[in-house]
Amino acid sequence: MRLRRTAGRIAFGLLVLGIVFYAVFPFYWAIVTSLKAGSALFTVEAWPFHPSLDNYRAIFSQQPFGRNILNSLGVSLSVVALSLGLAVAAAYALGRVAFRGRTLLLLVVLGVSMFPQVAVLSGLFELVRWLGLYNRMGSLVLSYMIFTLPFTVWVLTTFMRELPKELEEAAMVDGASPFVIVTRVFLPLMGPALAATGLLAFIAAWNEFLFALTFTLTDEARTVPVAIALMSGASQYELPWGQIMAASVVVTVPLIALVLVFQRRIVSGLTAGAVKG
Amino acid sequence: MSGAGARASGLTRQRRRSAWLFLLPMLVVLAAVAGWPLARTVYYSFTDATLATLDAYARVGLDNYLWLMRDPVWWRAVWNTVLFTVVSVSLETALGLVVALTLNAHLPGRGLLRAAVLIPWAIPTVVSAQMWGWMFHDLYGVVNAALLGLGVIAQPQAWTADPHLALPVVIAVDVWKSTPFMALLILAALQMLPQDIYEAARVDGVHPVKVFFRITLPLIRPALMVAVLFRTLDALRVFDLMYVLTGNSRSTMSMSVYARQYLIDFQDVGYGSAAATLLVLILALATVAAITLGRVRFEAGR
Repeated sequence: MRLRRTAGRIAFGLLVLGIVFYAVFPFYWAIVTSLKAGSALFTVEAWPFHPSLDNYRAIFSQQPFGRNILNSLGVSLSVVALSLGLAVAAAYALGRVAFRGRTLLLLVVLGVSMFPQVAVLSGLFELVRWLGLYNRMGSLVLSYMIFTLPFTVWVLTTFMRELPKELEEAAMVDGASPFVIVTRVFLPLMGPALAATGLLAFIAAWNEFLFALTFTLTDEARTVPVAIALMSGASQYELPWGQIMAASVVVTVPLIALVLVFQRRIVSGLTAGAVKG
Repeated sequence: MSGAGARASGLTRQRRRSAWLFLLPMLVVLAAVAGWPLARTVYYSFTDATLATLDAYARVGLDNYLWLMRDPVWWRAVWNTVLFTVVSVSLETALGLVVALTLNAHLPGRGLLRAAVLIPWAIPTVVSAQMWGWMFHDLYGVVNAALLGLGVIAQPQAWTADPHLALPVVIAVDVWKSTPFMALLILAALQMLPQDIYEAARVDGVHPVKVFFRITLPLIRPALMVAVLFRTLDALRVFDLMYVLTGNSRSTMSMSVYARQYLIDFQDVGYGSAAATLLVLILALATVAAITLGRVRFEAGR
């Protein structure tokens, strides 16, 4: 009996190790590759014996990668601010006020989150050109609303609905307008929900590829994912794998740090948005 | 909340008016980036518009759709997308269950394990495609080296170039990237399960495997169905993975890659819009089928 239990425990330990290895190894391999320079790149070694930062230097000198990072940061932060602003207002109306068509509106919003991006590409292209935003960051901030707004509205509505009615009633008795109620009463209580949805919106905007690929043209206007996908070296046939891996590590480390610090928040945000069985 | 209709007091009416005012900005933005562009795409699908001449076009009726029906590359894209969706979502569900059950067990360092599992989810899709593209490299990739070393394969494989291997590779990368999402949603459902049933099952000496299939699985089914639906809709519109790993190669091309190639690369907005419109229809059908057959319920506005 004891033998069986020990065997079970060992098997379980191996399973845990297997999961960790599977999840972490590709990223480890990217780090190892990014530290290899020259011909070391083409040998399969699990450890960089002669670590070099050449690849990291190259992405900032030979490629406009610094600029790409600033683009991505600018776009993602604008997307977070804009979608949270719009979603808080909408969530107040959807979560606290009873009016006809509320359920239908929520379902429409949910429906938008299921749109394939390619289905709005031609219409958005037209809109972006008409607004004079082609090859500018504004085109991305605007178009990213299609996937950040639905889930920020959805999650914040769920959150708003749970807040006690008494808070609002007390403010209303004092004659506070809806605007004051939202900004002074509800907003201070929404810190955790705003952090969770804001983080998810940031990650979604930071990772987006299709719109960024389509609405930007020049190397300098690209965001990080497009830059990494299209990174090319001296010759057309030889991809600069070391530099691609260095760029991948540079943009992923902050994301992983964010996820590790805020993992509880992220998990609660993800599940609040998705699981309501 | 107060009653609807004629009995509404002045205060309620004022609240309702301000509610619409609060909704307006969000609705305007969604209409501009989703509603209007979708309508334009559907409209363009009946025209011969090109990207260069978006305002000068002729209406061509159903021609684009008829061409689409006769294009074997389109049907290949449909098949690739469906195969990709079915295989990767099934694998992600199975693996997600395993990971979620592991995370749910009381073991030391659970937080660390959960953090490690979250890493693939946090990595941008483009980055994971590049990372795996390098690992699957035909000459210098670690996968070839490892499999050769273990004697699984006799010679190096051109993973992303071989038409028989490319789609499985794309699926493998998606499974790696998306299993964490699945696992987290399942874990959330597991943590809401009542513990007393498990106590009772243990007292009765029910085998753990039986407990899983008779108790756990039926109880988490609603949450599982929602997660599967989310992943399915996501997988049906897949673009990044194929585009970065294999470019516009026909052996892996998804419907989104096909539509974008016509819309942007070939600048044939009319034809590309027809393909995009069909993709929307397929997604809508999948959603309706999932909600009716799988009895997925969304708890909207109670």
